[in-house]
Amino acid sequence: MIIGLDVGGTHTDAVILSKNGIEKSVKVPTDPADLFNTVLSGFTQLLESIDPSQIRRVVISTTLTTNAIVQQTMEPVGMIVSAGPGIDPEFFRTGDHYYAVSGSINHRGREKAPVNEMQIQDIAGKLKDAGVEYVGVVSKFCVRNPSHEILIKRILNKYFKQVFLGHHVSGNLNFPRRIATTHLNAAVFALHKSFFEAVKKSLAEKGLTVPIQILKADGGTMSLEASMHFPGQTVLSGPAASIMGAIPYAPEGQDAIVLDIGGTTTDIAFLVDKAPLLEPVGIQRGRYKSLIRSLRTDSKGIGGDSALRVSDNVLSIGPDRQGPAMAFGGPLPTPTDALVVLGLMDTGDREKALAGIHTIAQGLGLSDEAAAEKVFKTCCTIILKKTFEMIDQINSQPVYTVHDFLEGYKLSPQKILLLGGPAPYFAKKIEDLYQIDTFAVPESAVANAIGAALARTTCEVSLNADTEQGIVTAHEEDFAEPISKTFSEDDLMETAYNLLREKAINSGADPENMDEVEVVEYQKFNIVRNFSPRGKIFRTKMQLKPGLIKGFEKMLHQRGNHAQSNA
Amino acid sequence: MLKAMHKTGLVFFPAFDWAIDPTHPEREERLLYTQDQVTEEGIFDIPGIIEYKPALATPKDIQRAQFCVPDEQTITTESHLISAGGAKVIADAVMGKEVQNGFALVRPPGHHSMRVSHGGRGFCHINIEAIMVEYIRTRYNVKRIAIIDTDCHHGDGTDNIFWHDPDVLFISMHQDGRTMFPGTGFPGELGGPNAKGSNLNIPLPPGTSTEGYLYVINNCVLPVLDEFKPDLVVNSAGQDNHYTDPLTNMNFCAQGYAQLTTLLKPDIAVLEGGYAIEGALPYVNLGIILAMAGIDYTGVVEPDYNPDKLKQSVSITDKIKKTVDQINSFWAQRLQLRDAAGTPGELQVRHREIYYDTDNIFERQKERVIICRDCGGSFEIDSRAMPGLHILGVHIPINACKTCIEKGYEFFESAPANTYDRIYLMDRPKDSYHTK
Repeated sequence: MIIGLDVGGTHTDAVILSKNGIEKSVKVPTDPADLFNTVLSGFTQLLESIDPSQIRRVVISTTLTTNAIVQQTMEPVGMIVSAGPGIDPEFFRTGDHYYAVSGSINHRGREKAPVNEMQIQDIAGKLKDAGVEYVGVVSKFCVRNPSHEILIKRILNKYFKQVFLGHHVSGNLNFPRRIATTHLNAAVFALHKSFFEAVKKSLAEKGLTVPIQILKADGGTMSLEASMHFPGQTVLSGPAASIMGAIPYAPEGQDAIVLDIGGTTTDIAFLVDKAPLLEPVGIQRGRYKSLIRSLRTDSKGIGGDSALRVSDNVLSIGPDRQGPAMAFGGPLPTPTDALVVLGLMDTGDREKALAGIHTIAQGLGLSDEAAAEKVFKTCCTIILKKTFEMIDQINSQPVYTVHDFLEGYKLSPQKILLLGGPAPYFAKKIEDLYQIDTFAVPESAVANAIGAALARTTCEVSLNADTEQGIVTAHEEDFAEPISKTFSEDDLMETAYNLLREKAINSGADPENMDEVEVVEYQKFNIVRNFSPRGKIFRTKMQLKPGLIKGFEKMLHQRGNHAQSNA
Repeated sequence: MLKAMHKTGLVFFPAFDWAIDPTHPEREERLLYTQDQVTEEGIFDIPGIIEYKPALATPKDIQRAQFCVPDEQTITTESHLISAGGAKVIADAVMGKEVQNGFALVRPPGHHSMRVSHGGRGFCHINIEAIMVEYIRTRYNVKRIAIIDTDCHHGDGTDNIFWHDPDVLFISMHQDGRTMFPGTGFPGELGGPNAKGSNLNIPLPPGTSTEGYLYVINNCVLPVLDEFKPDLVVNSAGQDNHYTDPLTNMNFCAQGYAQLTTLLKPDIAVLEGGYAIEGALPYVNLGIILAMAGIDYTGVVEPDYNPDKLKQSVSITDKIKKTVDQINSFWAQRLQLRDAAGTPGELQVRHREIYYDTDNIFERQKERVIICRDCGGSFEIDSRAMPGLHILGVHIPINACKTCIEKGYEFFESAPANTYDRIYLMDRPKDSYHTK
């Protein structure tokens, strides 16, 4: 049996799955001020009358890091960045303890200006005096040559608890994002470490000793040990959990839309042949941009509890939530009230719902029924409009080769999978309005926990081979090896595959769930100087795709022997 | 916070799978390091910088600017069409006011491709700026356009396409034609009889540095633009004036390019040449992008930049000043020069020989233009390529007067079919193209 636990904003869901399907599921309220006890009470209820030795996998998704960012309770971190030519690094300042230093590496990974060791010593002293314990070091183009970062770390090591290096964060180029991501890892490290060490200890006391896996924003998992180096990757794992929970019901060989309709927002994501689409560079939310691998999701401020208002005959929905629906004692009418009025939902207080919708109906000059219908239809229209905008955006993403321009993949979803409380009511309406096969995912209230439980380990490696300089590197993995002039595409792929496999095993992957390897990117260039070939540059990115572990998916369709227990 | 002061659109199309041939300067690797640099700088994350996907230019787009022989498909590849299409996408973004200005970083380039194109010359098969400009004129009804070509080579293709057009001001500043391909672009080349002075060619001596370039911009280009009052300024942004370029002998630098862009304020910039792909392009392109977006670019300096080594000599400075004085006096007299160039109604003939270095073609042209005071004047070009076809191309300018329209059709209809392999008519007022 396996366990998935997802800490959400208001509820924490947990499930035990076996080959027979859902064995047990629980829902406990989330206490944002005490996530540790939230997680613990989830486990306590889940494991009641269950033999912990039967559990062979545990995956946890939390809002720990997300909350730390939102509430700005992150640890102060010293950042040392070396930029060389380009945009003034002062623009990427992360806080008070931010130092731009000399030293420069160019796009080929060649040193253009050395590190000034005296300068680093001096900054180390200042940081130490300021009481800083964690430091991030990022140099521009460190993914081509990390030697400056390594040298600076060597100088800093003896002064600080932990030093985080930019080239370990990602194989992708993007200096500002690398600074932000390295800073995030350093800033949530202590919080993450103490939290999960406490969780691990408590679970061990309950007799649950299997290695803990942590859910990442890309819908994959990593081992607790691996997460210590990159705690930032756990940010926004919540939306990822839900999307992964929809995969068992996704069509094979087709594109699908996943809509997770919550109380305040609706998350939108896409599946291509049961695999979720990823962000091309990394998570971005508003001004915050990172190199953290993530599912491509966006959210629209509209959900079951969005506030309804009318002004000048115009209906507005959300983006705020003022409380639950009036049917459930809330202060303002909401789309949920419309569902109650339309008789689609038979829970809650219909009188109160009607009273709320009546004010909307008066403002719009419609009957109550017509107003409720309009609210419902408008919700669907707004969500789908945003969805189609995202599809357009994905399909108009710039490409850099003639081949991709002419033959690049075009996303064209033929099915919509709905998650979240109101999903079953929305399914038929959306299908009627848009003529797209729409399906409410069963057990959608715990789809997030199911998604966490079933998510397999993911990882990615980026390699750069340069036969002119005679080296193949994957600096993110601390890998560099000399190569000869005859190094080929096959050699590159073999090296990449071995590195990927090793990385996956180290991240806690189960060898039987490692066959979904994908070459994300491959490029080859001849290096020519003065009209004569000097060598070749090969680049590739290879990943273990996000997806589900084997052996559980089939039984989910059979919704038997399932004991629901609510807290 | 880092933010573009001017909303700037970018099309970045490095065509990583296209080359003229594997060791040709115009090959896959050319924009690789530029892409690395702009990606590492996080350019596409800056609020106010918007990246657009290029589109394919259509044969119809090309037919507004050029006679392709035998036709558009034969002399282009997809990469040419995407390159021209990329420029079009930027034009739409700028004209549609989605962005304040835009830069098409596309390859292959286009500014050596002329009104008649039998194939590739100077790495160019079709003229991407001219195609874009004609698209803008037709689609957005813009009348006066200035094209400033800052590539190190004379922009002879664009010069030729707008030779007879008084509404398009073409200024090319480039390394002296006596020292460099294509060997043209001297101060006396001022445009056709109906458009004298609307083409200005400013040759610069080898060794010209930032000082010299900015002198020309400040003392010639900007004052001329002030008088011409264009509705739109296009920059053919070649980057081969750089001190490390392997094909040229100039001493320009990334800071200089960025300053030039700040001064020129182009609405649209289109990448042309530039083959110092590792030491120059990453920094020059970054500098141009930041300058267009109005972001501080003082940190964009090549690692090996040494201003003392790049200082231009006093004699070079003197030569540049003399050239600028000469150009300015031509510009001041342009209307008198047009009056003196011919009598309205008469047909003026010019003979040209054109060599296509990329495709090794030799072309002979006989051009006949109607002298006209009311428009650019219709003209016909009799062109024979060796190897290749013998064709006649008739052009009726976009703002043609009634007489010139009639005359254009007369050229086309009276042309003897048995003399030519193909006869083309480019009717710009009607936006139509005919072949017989």
